[in-house]
Amino acid sequence: MTLPGDWEMVVGLEVHTELKTATKMFCGCANHFGSEPNTNTCPVCLGLPGSLPVLNVHAVDLAMAIGFALHSTIASSTFHRKNYFYPDMPKDFQISQYDLPINSGGYLDLPDGSRVSIERAHLEEDTGKSTHLGGTGRIHGADRSLVDYNRSGVPLVEIVSGPDIRSSAQARAYVAELRGILIATGASDGRMEEGSVRIDANVSVRKPDAVFGTRCEIKNLNSLRSLQRAIDYEALRQIDVIEDGGSIRQETRHWDEILGVTSTMRTKEEAEDYRYFREPDLVDLDPDQAWQDRIRESLPAMPAERRQKLTARVLDPTPAQLDGVEVVIDLGLEAFVNAAIDAGADPALAIARAANELAAGIDDLHNLTLESFSATVRMEQSGELSSTQAKTVLGELLASGGDPKAIATAKGYEQLSSDSLGTTVATLIEENPDEWARYREGDEKLAQFFIGQVMKVTKGRANGKAVIAELQARR
Amino acid sequence: MKTAQGIARDVQSGESSATAELENSLSAIGARNEELNIFLYVDEAGARAAALSVDERVAKGENVGPLAGVPIAIKDNMCQTGIPTTCSSKILEGWRPPYNATVIDRLMACGAVPVGKTNLDEFAMGSSTENSAFGPTRNPLDPSRVPGGSSGGSAAAVAANMTPLALGSDTGGSIRQPAALCGLVGMKPSYGLVSRYGLIAFASSLDQIGPLSKTVTDAAMLLEAIAGHDPMDSTSLPEPSPSLVAHVNDGVAGKRVALVRELVEGADDDVVASVNRAVAALKDAGATIVELSIPEFRLGLSAYYLIAPAEASSNLARYDGVRFGLRVNGEDVAAMNEATRTAGFGAEVKRRIMLGTYALSAGYFDAYYGQALKVRTQMIDAFKRAYQQADLLIGATTPSVAFAFGSKTSDPMAMYLSDVFTIPTNLAGEAAISVPFGTGEAGLPVGVQLLGPGRSEAQLFAAARVLELAEGRP
Repeated sequence: MTLPGDWEMVVGLEVHTELKTATKMFCGCANHFGSEPNTNTCPVCLGLPGSLPVLNVHAVDLAMAIGFALHSTIASSTFHRKNYFYPDMPKDFQISQYDLPINSGGYLDLPDGSRVSIERAHLEEDTGKSTHLGGTGRIHGADRSLVDYNRSGVPLVEIVSGPDIRSSAQARAYVAELRGILIATGASDGRMEEGSVRIDANVSVRKPDAVFGTRCEIKNLNSLRSLQRAIDYEALRQIDVIEDGGSIRQETRHWDEILGVTSTMRTKEEAEDYRYFREPDLVDLDPDQAWQDRIRESLPAMPAERRQKLTARVLDPTPAQLDGVEVVIDLGLEAFVNAAIDAGADPALAIARAANELAAGIDDLHNLTLESFSATVRMEQSGELSSTQAKTVLGELLASGGDPKAIATAKGYEQLSSDSLGTTVATLIEENPDEWARYREGDEKLAQFFIGQVMKVTKGRANGKAVIAELQARR
Repeated sequence: MKTAQGIARDVQSGESSATAELENSLSAIGARNEELNIFLYVDEAGARAAALSVDERVAKGENVGPLAGVPIAIKDNMCQTGIPTTCSSKILEGWRPPYNATVIDRLMACGAVPVGKTNLDEFAMGSSTENSAFGPTRNPLDPSRVPGGSSGGSAAAVAANMTPLALGSDTGGSIRQPAALCGLVGMKPSYGLVSRYGLIAFASSLDQIGPLSKTVTDAAMLLEAIAGHDPMDSTSLPEPSPSLVAHVNDGVAGKRVALVRELVEGADDDVVASVNRAVAALKDAGATIVELSIPEFRLGLSAYYLIAPAEASSNLARYDGVRFGLRVNGEDVAAMNEATRTAGFGAEVKRRIMLGTYALSAGYFDAYYGQALKVRTQMIDAFKRAYQQADLLIGATTPSVAFAFGSKTSDPMAMYLSDVFTIPTNLAGEAAISVPFGTGEAGLPVGVQLLGPGRSEAQLFAAARVLELAEGRP
């Protein structure tokens, strides 16, 4: 979307990610999504009187991994209390980091070549989760509210970008790239639909080279689509207000997914005074050099590097193939693709099968071996399997494992011998002289016609490429 | 009444039994608790079961532990599984913790028998136990006077011979001041020596659990039992419990003891006289005496009344009616929070929450809380300099002996001033002990305070023991 006139949007994002630790940030309760409500709780994460927090060092490992991946400076840091009342926050304060975060500075390079600066990436604890029943369904005006404290005390890292983003598409690309990094470092499962990654967007508008406008913060955007829509809506809203002679109030806004609009949650005057002060129940966090080195050295390759490596294996990639590469990187399927390519498969075909069939069966990936994937792709490429058949075989492999050749045989996918295919093609040419003539005169579309006819006759057992080869041999 | 040391020895040897000692304790409580309002809850069944278990283990020839069969009173701001824990506040009335404070586990592991929970100033905020939602505790030595506070119930329990030992907590003097007013030994250990896990927080950076007893040796035994690293408390010192009882009779020969001018300034004459006699007694025992002025001590009270309320305003936010304790319904969540807190907290707690909230507010933080932190740093440095010139410091614990009910309740500043000599130790995170030495007005006991650097508990007990012997106590 382009903004009207010469307006430019200025966006900074705060991305909260839950860390994939076994236990919570300050107690030994399981960090697990989807358990029965209030089963993963103890005096500490319920904020019972007298309980005290003890820092989970694995959360620190993951926070540092994120910091290294974002080129941040890792320094001695402290914890602060952020004080405000909310029923799903058991202590009525959140343990967070304030003026001395574990990671400061850094940057993230996006696939389009742009760079977004990182201000900080700090540790904090998550709150519980409220469900408001009856009435308005929101905290004000519901008939009753239920609170599940399973999420209370789950470790989070909040990654704050600089105000460097200039379009909603760039915002989306930033979050997508960041999500890739979070998954690659093992810090997060990146599941936005489960709330593992949540975004607040600071949006303002300005004329080129003017000073930044007054910003509004849109809270709790839980998908890339919402993020993009909300930012676009908010920028246009601000432009309308300004062009009508009004001015923007600094405020926090709520995004309504159904109506597609943002609305005021609270104004700056109503903003909470969080009364930050040092958390006296925790000591300073000062990871020594050995600890930092251990994390840095165990850091895997980041998506940008992996994307570059994989793309380099495809000659002149088409946009569709680049999208396929993106999916492969996102889901970490390179091992399959690389194995297939190394075994002689066409890179584009290997990427397509991974980005489509493997992506669709990602939850069953443990059933598939690198060898069986490579073999299936090569069978398709050699014409031993049609693409429909190859997809079916992959589906079978994902569902229950096994050997691709054995599955093909069991399914009756024996390759039509070239003799038999040649006979079929010859018969069809005789039966369709007009189409054959047009094909011979160079109308390539007619190849599809013949493939369709062959498929009909062979009940889908023929390979499209083999049919074309037969046609060309007779042209 | 027998000392804890005597009880433990007799129970372990079979001379006495934990059950018999407990019954003595329970009858003493039965005889005077109504009059003095010391225990808010007596866990007769639990204590009898614990005593029986000690006796059974003794019968089997087991070594039960250094506190075998010793009845102990617990200040009602420490969590004990299934036992009502109120902090003397209506807001926690009826709440029963599902877990033990680390100190409770350690006491039980040493064979001690917790008998019940003692009264305190609400959330440990006060110096007279008059701020309890369940009525004031009376000083057993003179029931027209306060026992001090906030650990007034624990001090009174020992002074009334109900238990030989009690646990208190000291945020600005809340063990030492009631010890002084009730004629007991009371120690505020170094910050981090005793786990705070399960101690309901007032001001987290200042709170510390410690012992109250009639004798120095008993206090040392109790502290040794509960001290040492606890992985559940991040601010807990890394070392195991120090050896204390073994050093009680080490004396003070060759030690340098500094009389600090600011620790007697404004104290009653008879209090000052006791301090001077204590100094002389230490000198007689071989200590070198110097005099020091530490002007930073005068800033302690102001800094304390910003830092402690600031932390309290945050620590006490969780009493919101959502999950436990009192709930007073309201139109919506915020109204329910407000109605609950309005009904549940007493005046002094509200005053400190307001003070602390203000001190941390945007625009005031630097002038108040920030400034107080700077004073705290100066206090730490001042102590460091003092400990280059002396091993221990000495002064009064309180400016006066036990005062009458109501004499300071209308003037918070007057009440706050009763902690003026004890606060510097909490701000610096160091250790101090109050030991009874001489008497003042109406023959009431005077407490002399010995202060030492972090982890100097063994030296402090040894010096206190010198004073105890000088007073002719066994």
